[in-house]
Amino acid sequence: MTAHPAVAAAVADAHRREWAFVLASTVRVTRDLDLAEECVQDAYARALGTWGSTGIPGRPGAWLTTVARRRALDLLRRDATARRVLPLLVTDPALAPGTGLADDGPGAYALTGPASSAAAGSAGTAEARIPDDRLRLVFTCCHPTLSTEAQVALALRLLCGLSTAEVARAFLVSEKTMAARITRAKKKIAAARIPYRVPPLAELPERVDAVLTVVHLLYSTGYAAPAGDELMRTDLAERSLDLARMLHGLLAGHHEVTGLLALILLTDARRDARVDGAGRLVLLSEQDRARWDTAKIAEGAALVREALGTGPPGRFTLTAAIAAVHDEAPSFAETDWAQIVGLYDVLIRRWPSPVVALNRAVAVGFADGPGAGLTDLDALAESPELAGYGYLSASRADFLRRLGRTDEARLAYQEALLLTENAAERAFLAARLDQLGP
Amino acid sequence: MTQYLILIYADEAAWAGATPDENAQLHKEHAEFGQRYESVIRGGNALQSAATATSIRPGPAGGSTVTDGPFAETKEALGGYYLIEAADLDEALAVAKQVPTRFGGVEVRPVWDMS
Repeated sequence: MTAHPAVAAAVADAHRREWAFVLASTVRVTRDLDLAEECVQDAYARALGTWGSTGIPGRPGAWLTTVARRRALDLLRRDATARRVLPLLVTDPALAPGTGLADDGPGAYALTGPASSAAAGSAGTAEARIPDDRLRLVFTCCHPTLSTEAQVALALRLLCGLSTAEVARAFLVSEKTMAARITRAKKKIAAARIPYRVPPLAELPERVDAVLTVVHLLYSTGYAAPAGDELMRTDLAERSLDLARMLHGLLAGHHEVTGLLALILLTDARRDARVDGAGRLVLLSEQDRARWDTAKIAEGAALVREALGTGPPGRFTLTAAIAAVHDEAPSFAETDWAQIVGLYDVLIRRWPSPVVALNRAVAVGFADGPGAGLTDLDALAESPELAGYGYLSASRADFLRRLGRTDEARLAYQEALLLTENAAERAFLAARLDQLGP
Repeated sequence: MTQYLILIYADEAAWAGATPDENAQLHKEHAEFGQRYESVIRGGNALQSAATATSIRPGPAGGSTVTDGPFAETKEALGGYYLIEAADLDEALAVAKQVPTRFGGVEVRPVWDMS
């Protein structure tokens, strides 16, 4: 079937924007993830065939949801329980199909801040208190009893609508391995009764953090692909930005959600400048800042300020604030390194991690000179978590080079080369090594 | 409602070194746990040590082979269990986290509903 290009584009757009919304609303009818996915895929296929003659609906998400749910009800009626392999998902009692609650409108689930009073303002109806279905799906995919690998795979599959083959490609595993991973996770959700529900208020901060960790992990996997020929996996970076935007829309008032969206925007703003025409890595110090995305920087910087203004900053907000200082500096030389070191000091108290300490040491190297940075780096060399971490060797190599300690720098670059399999990073390190001469 | 089996695993070698006071304290904690979660507990017992276990596997010619010892040798042995009822995994884990443990931890497994 060949759909009109405009229809195909509209369906693709709806796939990207509305998948999670359509699936989450359909899961409520089926209480079965596989069946819901099947019905949603079917609805998208129908859209491709139908929108050409009926016109593209004003609210594609609502159209798709109606079609997917109708299909689900048909299937459920037709073969009652015969097709069900796994037990039904556990949901809140108020959500049983047919109660008419929470009819599909994407809405913010705000717990604090102005949006919650807006929700309460709508006459305290049941609808106002029922969070968006997508949040149930988010918290189910990112449930802490699932392995991290399973959580990220489910996020891509169920929240972004990627096919198993696409998810497999994103994590450089075979489709068979990924299919088994996803099936196992779905089986655990159903059989162990991981609830399809937004957690209670008391557990929310911890659970939101788990969700943010998954989205951040997706972004960092896309940002610095651990292996492969391309430095970045743009598809993953884009998807995680979509997810961060969705969460920001759904969890208004959670400042770390704002912080993560800001962080992704502010980092992603430099995407085009990070790689040169030949696909080589370009360091922050050498990037052409004219190629940075000023719209993303402006949006990200505004979000950081918003997040910083709403309470004690968390790790994503602080990391975003550091990114904002870089993004707003007119040149590398004019970067406010003292402010960056100060932000790292706060971050390390909130989120003590050897990687944060490493980044702080690098910042010290620019604020107070390579000698000071090297002293801080060498203090971290004993840290077992950093053993085998290529950035430590690469950073040492850079400071040693700037200090004119060529022989030691050469050794450090060689060590760094042994520790990365990313082709773009390897090319960069090899070039630096070359510049040091024989 | 779903039933969950909470399997309590502990390092028996470490156990052997526990003082009578420590043992009495653990018994007391289990009694308190039992009272507090009486409404959701459907069963539970402590088991004698793995050294008392006997395992049976299918043997040659349709018979069975009986061996001395637990089914799988592990550092942490199954030492007891509770059977509880909960609406979902979150609720089950909230109970399971309160199970008194020494020298080990617990595993939570949903019971397969055959009905």
